[in-house]
Amino acid sequence: MIYEGKQKIWSEYQKEIPDDNWYYVRSCIRQNFFPASERMFTEISRNVLGKDIYETPHHTTCGGIAYHCDTIPQETVMTIVARQFALMTEAGYENYCPSCITSFGNYAEILETWREYPELETRIREDLWKACRREFKKPKYLAHTSDLIYHWRNEIAVRAKHRLVNRQTGESLRIVEHIGCHYAKMFPSKGVGGAEYPYVLAGMIESWGGQVVDYPERRHCCGYGFRQYHVKANRSYSLSNTYKKFESMEPFHPDAIVTNCPGCPYFLDRWQYVIAEQTGKTYGENGFGIPVLTYEELAGLVLGYNPWDLGLQLHQVAVEPLLDKMGVEYDPEAKYLGLNRENILRPELPGSIRCF
Amino acid sequence: MTDFGFTLSCSSTLDLGKVDNDKFEELCRLEPGAGVCIGCGSCSAVCPSARLSGMSVRKVLLAVRRGRNVREMLQCCMLCGKCTIVCPRGINTRNLILSICKLYDD
Repeated sequence: MIYEGKQKIWSEYQKEIPDDNWYYVRSCIRQNFFPASERMFTEISRNVLGKDIYETPHHTTCGGIAYHCDTIPQETVMTIVARQFALMTEAGYENYCPSCITSFGNYAEILETWREYPELETRIREDLWKACRREFKKPKYLAHTSDLIYHWRNEIAVRAKHRLVNRQTGESLRIVEHIGCHYAKMFPSKGVGGAEYPYVLAGMIESWGGQVVDYPERRHCCGYGFRQYHVKANRSYSLSNTYKKFESMEPFHPDAIVTNCPGCPYFLDRWQYVIAEQTGKTYGENGFGIPVLTYEELAGLVLGYNPWDLGLQLHQVAVEPLLDKMGVEYDPEAKYLGLNRENILRPELPGSIRCF
Repeated sequence: MTDFGFTLSCSSTLDLGKVDNDKFEELCRLEPGAGVCIGCGSCSAVCPSARLSGMSVRKVLLAVRRGRNVREMLQCCMLCGKCTIVCPRGINTRNLILSICKLYDD
């Protein structure tokens, strides 16, 4: 092996991530699925780490969800994205960080397309000017918010109140990391570690005391895959993909799954209930499922936030076994209490998978 | 069980490490042509039975390679021999089909 050659190849998969001054854009769907995740990102970055994160209420969808569902052409998406860049330029920022993996892939794809076809960029600039009299500069740095948490992982580890260690046995928790397909599978050099060995979540897990589970279908899609799920006739395919992943990770007895995509945690979480209904099989210990968390929720747990403030009661799979292992204190009675301890009613619990 | 309107589909992943090669090896002894097939599909293209029954020599041979029981797939073969005429590798497909039937009937 020529060491220098390997170093050169690996250096292409390293990513320069500025430490501060980011223009933050939210996902279309994350706030419906796991509402505290994005809130937790701004909380951690601004209030815990003291970073400058700016966001504007004028931000709209990036169009990526419709583009990947085959319902709008790329030129339309490009003009929407051009407007987002114009908002960033008007706010005086140069570093752009989307919370959504598909947005991240969408921005990366568009910037790369404009680099290859500059005449297309000129046309989109004209279209944007005609549509809303705006002009834009392209972002100097593009990073996903998980890249930022990865970049700050050691700062978070220093402030950690809980580590990813089993309090009872003292062993590191076995965590499955699942990376959204649009993170690096389209443009491997845009992610930390490329498509094959993305280190973005693995770095967080190792830094916070856990051990990463390697399993055969580690890089398989979560099952969402946009048109796999949105076209109802394909929904079995979506479910079967998720099933394949769980069958593959089951022998390694993971304690939790952490993801960096809006769709993945939702499908890995909810499909566990559907699989339990259809096959009677659950993948956690004692009839529970495997808790699925977003990286912001995991960071929040590590930093000692109240699990119910992190919105963990909105997960289908019970997270209590993980909280018990980590030694996180929680009030079971407060699980379904809303703001100011207002009763927001308990959901009906399924019989096929253990939940609280 | 709740009816979601969709169900789990079995995985079609092949674990080639677990494939039983015995039948295929025996077939190669009975008809050495089995080993030289390039899977071009000419046999299936000319098969008069294919359009009615889904019979396909190419598919049958692939299934034998993967250790599956193919006896039923051959039910509709009429042994007309058109596949033998078109085979670019000169395989005696009629003997191949008869050998496969013999293998699975024994």
